[in-house]
Amino acid sequence: MSYSVTDPSPRQKWTAGTLVILYAVITLLPLLWIIATGFKSPSDAIAYPPKVIFDPTLEGYVNLFTTRTRMSPDALSALGEPATWYDRIVRQYDMVISGPSRYGERFLNSVIIGFGSTFLSVFLGTLAAYAFSRFKVPLKDDLMFFILSTRMMPPIAVAIPIFLMFRQLGLSDTHLGMILLYTGVNLSLSVWLLKGFIDEIPVEYEEAALIDGYTRFQAFTKVVLPQAATGIASTAIFCLIFSWNEYAFAVLLTSGTAQTAPPFIPTIIGVGKDWPAVAAGATLFLVPVMVFTILLRKHLLRGITFGAVRK
Amino acid sequence: MAEVTLHKITKTYGDTTALSDVSLTIPDGAFVVLLGPTGAGKTTTLRMVAGLDRPDRGDVMIHGRSMQGRTPAQRDVAMVFQQYSLYPHLSVRENLEFPLKSPILRTPRDVIARKVAEVAEVLQITHKLDNKATALSGGEMQRVSIGRALVRDPAIYLMDEPLSSLDAKLRSDLRIELKRIQSSMGATLLYVTHDQVEAMTMATHVGVLDQGHMVQFGTPREIYENPVSLYAASRLGTPKINVLPADLFGGSPTGAASIGLRPEHIALGDGLPASVQRVEHLGDQTRLHLSVAGHDILTLADPHTPLTSGDTVSIQPRDALYFDAAGARI
Repeated sequence: MSYSVTDPSPRQKWTAGTLVILYAVITLLPLLWIIATGFKSPSDAIAYPPKVIFDPTLEGYVNLFTTRTRMSPDALSALGEPATWYDRIVRQYDMVISGPSRYGERFLNSVIIGFGSTFLSVFLGTLAAYAFSRFKVPLKDDLMFFILSTRMMPPIAVAIPIFLMFRQLGLSDTHLGMILLYTGVNLSLSVWLLKGFIDEIPVEYEEAALIDGYTRFQAFTKVVLPQAATGIASTAIFCLIFSWNEYAFAVLLTSGTAQTAPPFIPTIIGVGKDWPAVAAGATLFLVPVMVFTILLRKHLLRGITFGAVRK
Repeated sequence: MAEVTLHKITKTYGDTTALSDVSLTIPDGAFVVLLGPTGAGKTTTLRMVAGLDRPDRGDVMIHGRSMQGRTPAQRDVAMVFQQYSLYPHLSVRENLEFPLKSPILRTPRDVIARKVAEVAEVLQITHKLDNKATALSGGEMQRVSIGRALVRDPAIYLMDEPLSSLDAKLRSDLRIELKRIQSSMGATLLYVTHDQVEAMTMATHVGVLDQGHMVQFGTPREIYENPVSLYAASRLGTPKINVLPADLFGGSPTGAASIGLRPEHIALGDGLPASVQRVEHLGDQTRLHLSVAGHDILTLADPHTPLTSGDTVSIQPRDALYFDAAGARI
């Protein structure tokens, strides 16, 4: 078969560019909608037809982070002028800030549970994948299949048994419980993905390191881990995306101390139909995964195409 | 440097016997070359000494001490792999420093710098020291790989066809360089190769392996002139030894089934008539492809020989080697 490679003409470049931008707009529209809604007033947020041009306000963000109490006009005037810009926003609705909301705590829970379980999945997954890749493990194929089989039905199918087990073990609504659960779900993915990556690393590198005077564990940390960085980074992103976004188990198993942000955000809406606060919560919730992915971006690109090209 | 002894090493992988009762003594300061085709057990022998594989039976002794249960690191050996296996995430300099920085050696920083500079100089890679190991040509990678062994001062150097991926010029340069390093340092080397020139020029001893058996061990000259079997005879010599039925020229000893004639063991002038099939002028020598009673023979002639294809010459053997039906020397 023969291929001819020619430089695209300016017209082709323009067409391709337009298509890419169009596609980006279509995919990013929901995201832009959420970000925009976070800066709207409640009435703008539910206006029909939807407002594309609006007066931006930080009301949503103020409401997201605070709890507020309604007061009579007399009591309000007795308080005098509002001290800060966020007090002023709240006063428009005859309310005063009575304290912080729980969003910060829930967000922190998400960080602890999401990153905790990601670390644990990747840590255990790397060790297991290395062992499966390098050593003669009895019943290797059966064990690998067993590990994969834990993902053969949707995790939520085992929700009731897990709910009962967690209650018995006192793991309900604890950080530890959620970290263990998400690690368990992610582990099969991380073992399989990482085994693929480690299989690709020629064993000669470790043998060379063994002869160069290192122990097997030192060879693992100094030679295998740096070369598996690509696989570790992409596995970590996959694990984080799952545990960060997970909703069903979080609703079922957490209600207070260990509640993550996904089940908490919808409760913000309350009776006031406070869509801007919900959108603000969702916008902030997007940031950590985005930052994490961008930080590991250069590894991820090679990771997604793994196996396709072998240098 | 040290004397290394292999004592009755046997190793099987599944159904294949890689090594069978192989015994071998590598004297201190010797350059031992292992010869044999693919699958003869050359690389397995290296791996046994290195401790990368454990023998099923037998023992490896370094400095007279048994190496049973010792890790590669504890054996104090350096190895050059066939696939250069440079650490791809490190620079050339870091690759060369790697063995010196190991917890076993813990070399002081100034010594590391000096050794790396020395070795880089010898291998002509000084200008590449700060390159990534992956940004090198195949020949450069192999030189770094050899360098990674040479920075150390181990009990023995193990080299698995280290020059096979290099171009001819570099190969002959490095061959001379390796031999020079070995004799000036008094290093002990166990070296695997397919290349007969490497074996003849560098080795103090040659071991010929055949399907896991050590069939002959001796100096290159001994093996060339006095091979124990047809197999050993055909390991050395370019062009290869001619193998013909023993009775072709007559006068063979009883029991002889074949006669082995090295190209220089054929005298032109008298004897059986042979027709010239082809003449190859190589400059320093001329190869004659002859046909005698349906058998092809390759011999050497004077570089300026007037013979051309279609001519007929008479040939007779000189210092012939005779072998029995099983290939053993008579």
